Amino acid sequence: MSSIERSPWLIHYDASSCNGCDIEVLACLTPVYDAERFGCIVTGDPKQADIFLVTGSVNHLNAPIVKNIYDQMPEPKAVVAIGACAYSGGVFAECYNVQGGVASVIPVDVYVPGCAAKPESILLGVVQAAQMLKAKEKAMKAARKAERKIARKTKKEGAK
Amino acid sequence: MKGIEIYIAIAYVILGPIVGGLIDGLDRLITARMQGRVGPPLLQPFYDVRKLFTRRIAPVNRLQIPLVASHLVFAILTGVLFFYGSDILLIIFVLTLASIFLVLAAYSTGSPYSTIGADRELLLMTAYEPMIIIALVGLYGVAKSFNFYQILASTMPAYLYLPGIYLGLVYVLMMKLRKSPFDLSTSHHAHQELVMGLTSDMGGPILGMVELAHWYESVYLFALVLLFFSSSWISAVIGVAFTFFLIILIDNVTARVKWEVALAFAWIVALVLGAGNLIPFYLISRGTP
Repeated sequence: MSSIERSPWLIHYDASSCNGCDIEVLACLTPVYDAERFGCIVTGDPKQADIFLVTGSVNHLNAPIVKNIYDQMPEPKAVVAIGACAYSGGVFAECYNVQGGVASVIPVDVYVPGCAAKPESILLGVVQAAQMLKAKEKAMKAARKAERKIARKTKKEGAK
Repeated sequence: MKGIEIYIAIAYVILGPIVGGLIDGLDRLITARMQGRVGPPLLQPFYDVRKLFTRRIAPVNRLQIPLVASHLVFAILTGVLFFYGSDILLIIFVLTLASIFLVLAAYSTGSPYSTIGADRELLLMTAYEPMIIIALVGLYGVAKSFNFYQILASTMPAYLYLPGIYLGLVYVLMMKLRKSPFDLSTSHHAHQELVMGLTSDMGGPILGMVELAHWYESVYLFALVLLFFSSSWISAVIGVAFTFFLIILIDNVTARVKWEVALAFAWIVALVLGAGNLIPFYLISRGTP
């Protein structure tokens, strides 16, 4: 088991959520659901986080903030969009200020359904995202290896 | 006895993180059980730090890595000097230097959160330092030595002579180990008031180094506690285990205090428990050489 799968650290951002999903995200940390079983720690710092939890639809005011947090996270990273609003804008989709779901700003890896999403399904989403992180890490390593191989080859050919 | 110290000091450099990580893991497990949770696996801190070291290093500026690395080096050096049997009074200065490097690293990032975290860490340092010095003076009074091994070999049960100083030391250990109610500067717990406080803007291997340094620190801090119970094997095991449990219990049942309270109370505790214990002890022990 890779270490990133065993210690997925989370950062939680409330885009324009009604707070329903946020309360459920916090419920995941309570003794009943206990996200720390899976090694999850909620950090406030995007530089320390591996998984980005976004709740609520994205509007024009917070779109740059969502993008900024995502950009500050080091690779490999995963995004979990929680709830109906994070998927499509939900009941707020037609509002004049709403831009759409989280996918309208950053790539999303896991969608957690529900309005509000259940803590059990949020935990399942986090665990799935952690498994995706492992695959991403593997792919990154393979890509780096291939890059180095090509660099060595071109160096050799240059020497000839 | 002479000559074996160097091996213990080398063993500390190699085994220190393992012991410190296990202390941390046990701490998290017991904390979870106290809160009625299942909690993370015992080896969770090792998974965390291993992951941190596999992440890409992204320093905020050129100063950050050297400063955090110096923090780690001086934290190790403190323990090495401690277990090598150097003068414990000297060790206090190296310990302070290690903390200062972390504070400088936090200031260097320029983030408002880490700046406030660094301010608070400095305040906590001024709060705990007097009590640690009183504790060492008290131990000297019992064992007539500032050497770790000579205090360890002393057959006098220090906890019977210095109960006030022991309680005062536990009080300041809460600050040094970053436990509630004094987790003002940084905290792992969810929803810290200052984002990550002192460690904001430290990601990947940089945070890994801070964690490693913390593990090294916790080993010699518990060795300091051991000195109070070193009269026999049984009292040593029970004393250190009790202290560990006490610290976790206090961590779980108290809320975070404001920095003014932390500072004022730490000095009151140092004065009442520390000096209040030290003065009678010296008056009594003056008659018996």
